[in-house]
Amino acid sequence: MCLAIPGKIVEISSDHQDSALVDVVGVRRKIDLGLLQDDKPAPGDWVLIHVGFAMSKISEQDAADQMNTLRLLGEIDGAMQEIQGYRLEDVN
Amino acid sequence: MSAPAAVLAESAPVRFRDPQIEMAHGAGGKACRKLVEGLFAPLLFGAAPGPLGDAAHVEINGTTVAITTDSFVVKPLSFPGGSIGELAVNGTVNDLAVSGARAEALVVSFVLEAGLPTQVLEAEVRAMAKAARDAGVRIAAGDTKVVEHGKADQMYVTTTGIGRLLPGVTIDPCSVRVGDKILLSGPIGDHGITILLARGDLDFEADLRSDTRSVLSLVETLIHAAGPGIRWMRDPTRGGAATSLNELARDCGLGMTLFEDQIPVRDTVRGACELLGLDPLHIANEGQFLAVVSPEYADAALNALSLAQGGSEAQVIGEVREQPVGTVLVTTLYGGSRIVDMLVGDPLPRIC
Amino acid sequence: MRFVDEFREPELISKAAEEIRRLAGTVRHYRMMEVCGGHTHAIYRFGLKDILPENIELIHGPGCPVCVLPMGRIDDGLSIAQQSDVIFAAFGDMMRVPGTQGSPLEHKARGMDVRIVYSPSDALKLARLNPNKHVMFFAIGFETTAPSTALTMMRAKAEGVRNFSVFCNHVTIIPAIRAILDSPDMRLDAFIGPGHVSTVIGCRPYEWIAQNERKPIVVSGFEPLDMLQSIGMLLRQLKAGEAKVENQYKRVVPWEGNRAALRAMAEVFELRPYFEWRGLGFISQSALRVNDKYAEWDAEQRFAVPGIRVTDPKAAQCGEVLKGVLKPHQCKLFGRECTPEHPIGALMVSSEGSCAAYHNYEHRKAAMISLNSVA
Repeated sequence: MCLAIPGKIVEISSDHQDSALVDVVGVRRKIDLGLLQDDKPAPGDWVLIHVGFAMSKISEQDAADQMNTLRLLGEIDGAMQEIQGYRLEDVN
Repeated sequence: MSAPAAVLAESAPVRFRDPQIEMAHGAGGKACRKLVEGLFAPLLFGAAPGPLGDAAHVEINGTTVAITTDSFVVKPLSFPGGSIGELAVNGTVNDLAVSGARAEALVVSFVLEAGLPTQVLEAEVRAMAKAARDAGVRIAAGDTKVVEHGKADQMYVTTTGIGRLLPGVTIDPCSVRVGDKILLSGPIGDHGITILLARGDLDFEADLRSDTRSVLSLVETLIHAAGPGIRWMRDPTRGGAATSLNELARDCGLGMTLFEDQIPVRDTVRGACELLGLDPLHIANEGQFLAVVSPEYADAALNALSLAQGGSEAQVIGEVREQPVGTVLVTTLYGGSRIVDMLVGDPLPRIC
Repeated sequence: MRFVDEFREPELISKAAEEIRRLAGTVRHYRMMEVCGGHTHAIYRFGLKDILPENIELIHGPGCPVCVLPMGRIDDGLSIAQQSDVIFAAFGDMMRVPGTQGSPLEHKARGMDVRIVYSPSDALKLARLNPNKHVMFFAIGFETTAPSTALTMMRAKAEGVRNFSVFCNHVTIIPAIRAILDSPDMRLDAFIGPGHVSTVIGCRPYEWIAQNERKPIVVSGFEPLDMLQSIGMLLRQLKAGEAKVENQYKRVVPWEGNRAALRAMAEVFELRPYFEWRGLGFISQSALRVNDKYAEWDAEQRFAVPGIRVTDPKAAQCGEVLKGVLKPHQCKLFGRECTPEHPIGALMVSSEGSCAAYHNYEHRKAAMISLNSVA
């Protein structure tokens, strides 16, 4: 259940079918935008594709935030441990 | 499939138990091997024929010649990068090349469907003529049969090739040793994905072409640079690189470890495989070959290939290890690993 | 590949794995279930078990819609397509799943018109292209896929395409999780929540797991970094004695879900009072069927369906494996009568079935390890 792939919207169709051409590293396919009626994507947007339908828009901001969190892994905890090592709370 | 020739081999018992033939039996993977090993080999090659190779070496009056045959059934007949005509020539030239032989002549047999437009047939025959010229092989003779409309997918082509052995190389899976390097001549997956997309059922489009070509000159370059170090070669057609390497692992009783990040795959093929849930290692190729080379000759081998015309994308993709026995393991840069088996059935696009 | 490659960066994966080892310690044994078959597949594909510490045990859940489909339903679908001029259309995942008389592919070899489609809209397209035939789409999947089937049926109705119907086997994920938690032999600490189902249903439907059952659940993406990050988040909750729903897959999963998708499902489907799940038995309100407004496009209403219940062979323990009670190799048929080439149950066929994954991966590695330990 869940093979879904990010793809970039290349072109929105002009017909009534709510369809768009999406590109996944050079592989192009027409997909259905019917499930994103409430939040229509535009060319250049990234969407998550499952069985030929766009399920959700991909938030580049959230992705970037996540990468930052992952990059900082270990650094924040390391800094905390160091500070706790100073035992500042023991100083009256 | 072919075995070391024995004059008038006695039949051995048939071990193939499936009640009918399914598409999977022709897909190049496990089922196909079962059919070959369980039905064809015992009846045609006799008991204990040894590892089955791409071509047979037959001795005639003191001279050893290589001979092989292959059938081509492809839909659509024509696709980006080639057509059945090219496949028919290159496929057989390549089978001979990876068995260590230079194709001298091909004979071709056509099974044509009544109603096939002559224009289509002519285009394919022209393609064959050109491919033969490019590969430096002559087409010496042929045969034609016509069957009723609906009994052949427009046309089936079979080519049989005969060639002389190239000096300086002996192909034998049993000569493979721990520490040997596994080389791949170029990116995998191009042909199979091109065909899948060309069928039109899936409504995908991509800028992708079949990689069909003769690999003879690359093989000759490799032999020239590293002949004594070459243990085994194979052109990974149906069933993909995974199937060829699984067969080798089984035949030599060792393990093959591949380094995922070193396996050349075009972005488009990767994208299509991700979209369809397929593994590039299981996809057919028509213009690439695998070679197992001893460590002493591996560098020379890779250098020679990468400098040769059409070999710039060659890579060392793995090495032979003691474990896991008879298995192909793929490792990732971050320490994960997975086993890649022979293809089971046809590669089916998945959604789950 | 954008939004894929970044989440496979080796250096970050190593960091994440280190963080998990730090959090997991060495004393406590953690049992986490990944519900979704896509996560099971990802674990094997990326070799994640190799980089997780030994005291984190991943238990495979029942979120594989192919695996939980009882054999009788496959027989029913195929029996409809036995009629001439019917085209049986389904996803590639279904093609090798065995019915009592063989799989769809085997039926194709015997002359049935069977076509692989990548999308329900491809099946509708087949119907438009073949006006003299009837196209029956064998629909499977959880809530990830159901909206697409629904929307396709809405289009069929709007266009008046009459030679198209859907044999609906869509199932819902929450009842399956409930059945797992209600199971007496189940001991779980936390859940790795389904990522793509959640793009449709959002994160709210999991709140009872945290509040009532006191188990943490993190809705997770499918790349290695996603899963490792999710496991890290679960460990933090467990160590702090917390139990809440968290969304790790923020870039794609909206907390409130996809309203348009839920509307489409409500327009076309209704809940079946009960549905049989392979291994889990009958579960109420756990599956969808086509409602009366769309009766004309419901294969079960247009065609006579035998509806025969087929029980799995007694020796096959698909159910226990699905629930995570047994590991695949503990099933008596595993690796012997049941292999990927001759599958008895769907868990051995489906690419995300735990048996297939285990057979191709763990089984041989285990053999390798025992060989090494003997040496």
